[in-house]
Amino acid sequence: MSTATDGYYIPHEAKWPIVGSIGLFTTFWGLASWFNGSGLGQFTFFVGMAIMVFMLFGWFSTVVGESQNGTYNGQVDTSFRMCMSWFIFSEVMFFGAFFGALFYVRNYSGPWLGGEGAGGADVTNAVLWSSYDYVWPTDGPADIGGGFQSMGWFGLPLVNTLLLLFSGLTCTIAHHAIKDGDREKMVRWLGATVALGLIFTGVQAYEYYHAYHALDLKLSSGIYGSTFFMLTGFHGFHVCMGAIMLAVVMFRGMKGHFTAENHFAFEAAAWYWHFVDVVWLGLFVFVYIF
Amino acid sequence: MRFGIIRWMLIGLIATVLPSVGLAEWGNVNMPKGVTEISREVHGLHMTIFYICCIIGVLVFGVMFYSIFKHRKSQGVRAAEFHESTTVEILWTVVPLVILIAMAIPAARVLIKMEDFTGSEMSIKVTGYQWRWQYEYLDEGISFYSQLDPEHNAARQKDSDVDLTQFDNYLKEVDKPLVVPVGKKIRFLHTSADVIHSWWVPAFSVKKDANPGFINENWALIEEPGVYRGKCTELCGRDHGFMPVVVHALPQEEYDQWVSEQQDLMAENASQTDRQWTKEELIAQGEKVYGASCLGCHQAEGQGIPGMFPAIAGSQVATGNIETHIETVMLGVPDTPMDGYASKLDDIDLAAVITYQRNAFGNNLGDTVQPYQMKSLRQGLNQSRAVVLDQFDITRGVN
Amino acid sequence: MSYADTNEDVHHGDHDHHGPAPGLMRWVTTTNHKDIGTLYLWFSLIMFFIGGAMALVIRAELWMPGIQIVDPMFFNAMTTMHAIVMIFGVVMPAFVGLANWMIPMMLGAPDMALPRLNNWSFWIMPFAFTIMLSTLFMDSGGPAGGWTLYPPLSLQMGDSFAFVIFAIHFLGISSVMGSINIVATIFNMRAPGMKLMQMPMFVWTWLITAFLLIATIPVFAGAVTMLLTDRFFETSFFSAAGGGDPVMYQHIFWFFGHPEVYILILPAFGIISHIIPTFSRKQLFGYDSMVYATASIAFLSFIVWAHHMFTTGMPLAAELFFMFSTMMISVPTGVKVFNWVATMWRGSMTFETPMLFAIGFVIMFTIGGLSGLMLAITPADIQYHDTYFVVAHFHYVLVPGAIYSIMASVYFWIPKWTGNMYDEKLGKIHFWVSTIFVNVLFFPMHFVGLAGMPRRIPDYSLQFADWNMIASIGAFGFGFSQLMFVYIIIKCVRGGEKATGQVWEGARGLEWTIDSPAPYHTFEDSPIITSDTVTR
Ligand code: HEA
Ligand code: HEA
Ligand code: HEC
Ligand code: CUA
Ligand SMILES: [Cu+2]
Repeated sequence: MSTATDGYYIPHEAKWPIVGSIGLFTTFWGLASWFNGSGLGQFTFFVGMAIMVFMLFGWFSTVVGESQNGTYNGQVDTSFRMCMSWFIFSEVMFFGAFFGALFYVRNYSGPWLGGEGAGGADVTNAVLWSSYDYVWPTDGPADIGGGFQSMGWFGLPLVNTLLLLFSGLTCTIAHHAIKDGDREKMVRWLGATVALGLIFTGVQAYEYYHAYHALDLKLSSGIYGSTFFMLTGFHGFHVCMGAIMLAVVMFRGMKGHFTAENHFAFEAAAWYWHFVDVVWLGLFVFVYIF
Repeated sequence: MRFGIIRWMLIGLIATVLPSVGLAEWGNVNMPKGVTEISREVHGLHMTIFYICCIIGVLVFGVMFYSIFKHRKSQGVRAAEFHESTTVEILWTVVPLVILIAMAIPAARVLIKMEDFTGSEMSIKVTGYQWRWQYEYLDEGISFYSQLDPEHNAARQKDSDVDLTQFDNYLKEVDKPLVVPVGKKIRFLHTSADVIHSWWVPAFSVKKDANPGFINENWALIEEPGVYRGKCTELCGRDHGFMPVVVHALPQEEYDQWVSEQQDLMAENASQTDRQWTKEELIAQGEKVYGASCLGCHQAEGQGIPGMFPAIAGSQVATGNIETHIETVMLGVPDTPMDGYASKLDDIDLAAVITYQRNAFGNNLGDTVQPYQMKSLRQGLNQSRAVVLDQFDITRGVN
Repeated sequence: MSYADTNEDVHHGDHDHHGPAPGLMRWVTTTNHKDIGTLYLWFSLIMFFIGGAMALVIRAELWMPGIQIVDPMFFNAMTTMHAIVMIFGVVMPAFVGLANWMIPMMLGAPDMALPRLNNWSFWIMPFAFTIMLSTLFMDSGGPAGGWTLYPPLSLQMGDSFAFVIFAIHFLGISSVMGSINIVATIFNMRAPGMKLMQMPMFVWTWLITAFLLIATIPVFAGAVTMLLTDRFFETSFFSAAGGGDPVMYQHIFWFFGHPEVYILILPAFGIISHIIPTFSRKQLFGYDSMVYATASIAFLSFIVWAHHMFTTGMPLAAELFFMFSTMMISVPTGVKVFNWVATMWRGSMTFETPMLFAIGFVIMFTIGGLSGLMLAITPADIQYHDTYFVVAHFHYVLVPGAIYSIMASVYFWIPKWTGNMYDEKLGKIHFWVSTIFVNVLFFPMHFVGLAGMPRRIPDYSLQFADWNMIASIGAFGFGFSQLMFVYIIIKCVRGGEKATGQVWEGARGLEWTIDSPAPYHTFEDSPIITSDTVTR
């Protein structure tokens, strides 16, 4: 660290957290009321989101300012790194719940409804769902949502996979650039990464449109629709978050932040991006191909 | 001095616990022995592990109390220095492991036996509803509902002021018990029409969840005739505590006789559905149904509970258009506790309770609806139902 | 003692050695680990009375057969909310509060690794519980499907449904951020030279607990998110008609839920591992095996979840697997119990209030653990499941378990926090009265459970009447004796005999090398730890 003072920096009087709590409270309260059909709830939700954006902006500005002033030493930097990596681990577990649901249905409860398995599966099928044969993809024995076509892996999903893989590559090039101290190159390649992320999101949005209108594949299309949209949607949400992070880092790079030694924010965003990337590979394999 | 306090406290503890033990008989504090081979083995297993746990407890606490009494500063003891010993640590890892293995082997044996569903001689489908059971004898074609006895149901209402001690089996009596033969391996098929329930008869060691849309198997071979009582043991909403199970186990001949009576009754019922009922008959029948099924929410005088359950007395639905009334009762109101009763009540009871609601509590409209009308309505319903019913009413849409 | 090891050569920046900001804003904006610890502890104490008051509503209704006081729906809401408040609003915040207060001091660190985040983790709690508790006042009533929120029943909840789900998400954010902070503090903020195997047991147990939290809370969040979409967006995760399975929710829930119950007990193990050596004046027996046992419990806790689901109709092989793995947990837990007993063995014991609570913990936790072992035996669990036997089991591990450990640690550390000794005589009376009543409260539940009384019912058959009345007497006795606890704490905060830095004769570790009350900022200059510095 070039300009760091010694000693672990302990900030005093943090005012952003309470703003964040109020923001989250407003957001959640609004969202819940909105779900219950209240128009006021919708309004409250957006107010809450505005507070959250304000808070994040303020909080991060403070931290960025401190970082630029050289307030942090190497140990603080390590704390940030740990924080980010454990946060990503928690996200992995969050996805784990949805992947778990997918595996459970496909390997256990689905076949059970179709009559395979010991101790009651045969009667379950014979007595309750006698006309049902289990084959994935399925919308369940009651044909919830009516007929639909599943999403193949060839075509747009494959394109998206390549896009994301390629964005991982551009992100890494940007990383090498900043490590060499070439900030401009970093900004250029980061720009490419963000652009790829946005294209990915666009393609995904088009895919959803296609699913709803051409394939009749909806959130309500039984368990296939549920898992498909939950996993890809949750992932898409993370792509957006990651792209925003990268964009922020890019703008900071343009403002002259980051040095060859000190660019943790870049790394955090890059880790996140790679994590999103890896999750997509899991999705591509288990949601699309198999 | 300190020792004195501890001793007095221990005596106090014993003095509070002992008399309370005296209050009840032994049978009220332990798992009862059942009437099937499995349940006796489970009971044996329970006692074995219980005694093992007691012995472990006595040993561990014994050593600890010895230490507490001997190794105190007030006795002038100076603390020893040791703080590890690989030998004892290995010992107290291995010994418990051995004890556990000794417990696991008989446990696994009993479990494997319990899960052996082969060779059953008859099948009964048990369906849970909020809050009653439906029993369907798959081979005999008998089917009926079983729910909390109406007298108990009235007594358990808040502020009912009924003397509960008049009942021998408060909350463990039903209007129509399940009847089964002894000496036969009976297969139970558990499922549910709404939320998860769990069918438990302690005397058989049978407890299985009733999951909507799935069937779980279970079995019992009852050895002694008698009346066996149990409960729903999975939280299933407001009246989860009021969903008893009563099983009458009869010798084979008596059981056969019961079966033929039931079959006659079913036939009789079918013809009853097709005949014209008088208003008085319907109201009389409807009062019973109301008491058993609706009173819990809509209350004895049809006054409801303001803010929670609407009144039937003067209700717009119950005094308005009869189609709306029928639809409300048959299909329920989505996203409210008001469930659809089309699959819970038969045609006669549906017609009766609707007629009753329209003529009781001062709603004297004077109109009636006939059981056979319900029958034809129901057929029309089956097609549109899947659409109307909200998502968690799943199985009802198909059967 | 070890303070002599402080390296005078460490350079330090110009810390402004100012104390806390004045007024209310001090508490709102504080980043000080001690302030935040205090906030957590008071919050938890308040919630204890709220959750306890709900328990008293339950016990009052169960005082005798028949329904006297509340509607069954409200009864179920009380059961549900009681559990949510006690678990997420009392035990977890109390442990986080203790972690905040003690971990930096035990590690010789100036504060937590991420002080601002720490403030946020706390200040989420009151807001999240405002949402959670407000559902009780909504027209549709609070959540009434049990704290496990099994669908389809939980989907029948009225308007409060979405609020409950989001409150859970909200609380989850707090827990995960708090845990990340603790992990970062432990890995990154140890005084120079302190090795992992030199860390105090409380720090070790919290490290593992934090890992459990980070790994399982998001899974719980995923489960309730699926509930949310099933309810509002027509997905079919938990409905067979669409190809899902309601039992799948239970698998996901318990994948979180079982580690969760160890989250509620591992820090307690840590606390007890400090108190027993202190008052035995003897080093903790088997430190290494304590660490390994804790880690084994945590590992096993991920592969035993379905022991809550033995009646749901799993395949035989799964039932056998979950029975065996669950039984295995008794081995490392046994190691811990034996180590505590061996620590006491040939010690030089005194029985101040913290020690009494610690001994009470060991005995009654073991009783609860042994009944847990009985529950693990699948064929027997078929009979025990969803009866009061289970209720007895988990209250033994939670109330004279987790709650006792929290009380023990308050008595143990309050001199360090306030600089005053608490009233020893009142403390002892508090212990004995609580211990008698807690057994009167929960022991009879074993009996009624075995005799066949299901849980989560507002009314019961006459045969259970006597024992329920006794349990209710115990509940009111235990509940009201906790007012003593509050009195003792307030009295101690206000004043009392001055405490020394060392406080207890047998106390070891860095936190005892500083003054009592602990200065607002401690260890701004890191002590240098050598292999013979006493850190544990
Ligand atoms: C702090 C919380 C806590 C802790 C520590 C435990 C510890 C254990 N629990 Fe418990 N449990 C709960 C909280 C906890 N539990 C809760 C809240 C529920 C109900 C949830 C709900 O449904 O709402 C529950 C329910 C529950 C069930 C489900 C019951 C049912 O619903 O049917 C089971 C079944 O296996 C179980 C088992 C165990 C076991 C084997 C342990 C073991 O860890 C115990 C190990 C300890 C010992 C065994 C004692 C000490 C050991 C020795 C002295 C060594 C010698 C011993 C031997 C050789 C055996 N628990
Ligand atoms: C850490 C967790 C924890 C703790 C500490 C407790 C503490 C207590 N619990 Fe709890 N309990 C659970 C966790 C816990 N419980 C869980 C997980 C369930 C399962 C829920 C479910 O089925 O979904 C449960 C369920 C449960 C039931 C079963 C309900 C049912 O199945 O229907 C009962 C019944 O007696 C009960 C009783 C008690 C009592 C009497 C206490 C006592 O220890 C409480 C002590 C009382 C006080 C501390 C009150 C003090 C109050 C005053 C003195 C009044 C003054 C008031 C004010 C000033 C506001 N609990
Ligand atoms: C679990 C409680 C419960 C039970 C049992 C119950 N109901 Fe209801 N009922 C309700 C609720 C709640 C509503 C209000 C629904 C709404 O919000 O529109 C309702 C509404 C009604 C209405 C419409 C009243 C109005 O004015 O809106 C009728 C008619 C009715 N129920 C009939 C019955 C009949 C007949 C039975 C028994 C066979 C019965 N109910 C059993 C809870 C119940
Ligand atoms: Cu049905 Cu509980
Ligand atoms: Cu468990």
